[in-house]
Amino acid sequence: MDLKELYRDVILDHNKKPRNFGALAPPARHATGHNPLCGDRLEVYVQLQDDRIEDLRFEGAGCAISVASASLMTEAVKGKTLAQAQQLFEAIHHLLTDQAAPTPEFLGKLAALSGVREFPARVKCASLCWHTLNSALAAPAPIAVSTE
Amino acid sequence: MSNAITLSSLTASPVAPSVAQPLETQLDRIRADFPILSTSVHGKPLVYLDNGASSQRPTAVIDALSDYARHTHANVHRGVHYLSQKATDAFEGARETVRQFLNAKSCKEIVFVRGTTEAINLVAQSYGRPRLQPGDEIIVSHLEHHANIVPWQMLAQQTGAQVKVAPINEQGELQMDALAALFTQRTRILALTHVSNALGSVFPIRECITLAHQHGVPVLIDGAQAVPHTAVDVQALDCDFYVFSGHKLFGPSGIGVLYGRESLLQAMPPWQGGGDMILSVSFTGTTYNELPYRFEAGTPNIEGAVGLAAAISYVNAIGLDRIGAWESQLLSYATEKLSQIDGLRIIGTAKHKASLVSFVVDGVHAHDLGTILDQDGIAIRTGHHCAMPVMEFFGLSATARASFAFYNTKAEIDALVSSVSGAAALFR
Ligand SMILES: Cc1ncc(COP(=O)(O)O)c(C=O)c1O
Repeated sequence: MDLKELYRDVILDHNKKPRNFGALAPPARHATGHNPLCGDRLEVYVQLQDDRIEDLRFEGAGCAISVASASLMTEAVKGKTLAQAQQLFEAIHHLLTDQAAPTPEFLGKLAALSGVREFPARVKCASLCWHTLNSALAAPAPIAVSTE
Repeated sequence: MSNAITLSSLTASPVAPSVAQPLETQLDRIRADFPILSTSVHGKPLVYLDNGASSQRPTAVIDALSDYARHTHANVHRGVHYLSQKATDAFEGARETVRQFLNAKSCKEIVFVRGTTEAINLVAQSYGRPRLQPGDEIIVSHLEHHANIVPWQMLAQQTGAQVKVAPINEQGELQMDALAALFTQRTRILALTHVSNALGSVFPIRECITLAHQHGVPVLIDGAQAVPHTAVDVQALDCDFYVFSGHKLFGPSGIGVLYGRESLLQAMPPWQGGGDMILSVSFTGTTYNELPYRFEAGTPNIEGAVGLAAAISYVNAIGLDRIGAWESQLLSYATEKLSQIDGLRIIGTAKHKASLVSFVVDGVHAHDLGTILDQDGIAIRTGHHCAMPVMEFFGLSATARASFAFYNTKAEIDALVSSVSGAAALFR
């Protein structure tokens, strides 16, 4: 196994310079994901406009795989409909776990995560953000608190 | 400079001082006793530096387990037939080996359990639960493994008692003054680790026990990380409970030991009910068995005990004094070499340390480090080490931890250093 397959340049870049890093205030939905193996924590914030993901941010500290995966996810999912996001989630799941799965075109940059499936202990790192996004989408929209 | 455990300062060694050669002159032979050490991982020779999580087993242990299965196995304490007697002798012989290892007064004080975790839960539930009242206090340190925190929190929840935490300093040393200040009229038990699994710090447990006893408080020592490195004498320590696991002492998993002072065990109710722990059972009442069987309900891990005894005999034959001397060299060497890596910071710099180095590298998460090292055949632990409060204290979510055993070599530390440097370069 080649480490460069896992730590591709795209991954190293998104780890160093995570995109869409930060929080969104209510009424954005929010969920926390835990990786019990390493103690890492990930916060995902998502702002819906009807059935479209208008904005998406994440926060937290984690390994390169989890940070890069979250960063790539935010880029990929922003502006998509819920149905499209669900399709991406399923494709990513296959990409990470199914050795034989072909990589669909629409995954775009997310395809850089395909190396992870050679490292079963790390699959959770890559999928944590997606599960957290799902929880955030399932969470009730919080009432915006005004502080004026 | 020696950071290692000074054996004499802690305990009187029950092992006669060895006049044999320094251990490093026999390393090749010793390594040959551990078949797994000559295997390969990802095409590279295995460099096993995760002994703190679980250590490897010598042929003596592997053979003891296999011989037991081939020639000895039957249930214990139950049959009049030949094998049952033979198995009982092997099991009770193992208990005697453990007794000598800890220099306990009596085999009644040696209870076989599943491991450290089970031993602590046993003490919390059997010693603590009937005694503790709302407002009573349990003291633990900030440096405990979750196994020495959660059972006490559960006990506190059940009884209305409260868990107080003895602080550590930036080096990862127990703050003795602060510990002393925690004792009150309501303190009922002190539970401390002997050696920290997360940082390697060695606690001055004899002083802690003396302090607790001045307040009439019994002490449980979590020896999981101590017994592979240092001789322990429970009488010299005047310890009330001392617990450890077989699998960190070159023995099998699923077996561990609770040492308990006889007078305390005598006053404790059984923890689990079943066979072996009773003298007589009727539906009007049951008479519990004597020590230690009262705490060993059901068929025990017989081969586990046999394997553990073989591991102890092996360690004794090498000699914990020689082990300590070699490991202190390994620790100094690893500390020096790792410190030279740019951006590497060692977490836990206590004056007294066991042979373990916890560290972080700027820009490289421990998890990534673990994967990269694994590709080079190097096994280390990465994560929070089941000690999340320690990680929180240092403001970290994870560290990388290389933990050494007497069979490790300086060449393996060189391999570690080179692989960590490579990882750091990849992420820069
Ligand atoms: C200090 C310490 N205490 C307790 C434990 C728990 O031991 P076990 O999992 O064998 O019960 C460990 C092992 O990880 C440890 O290092």
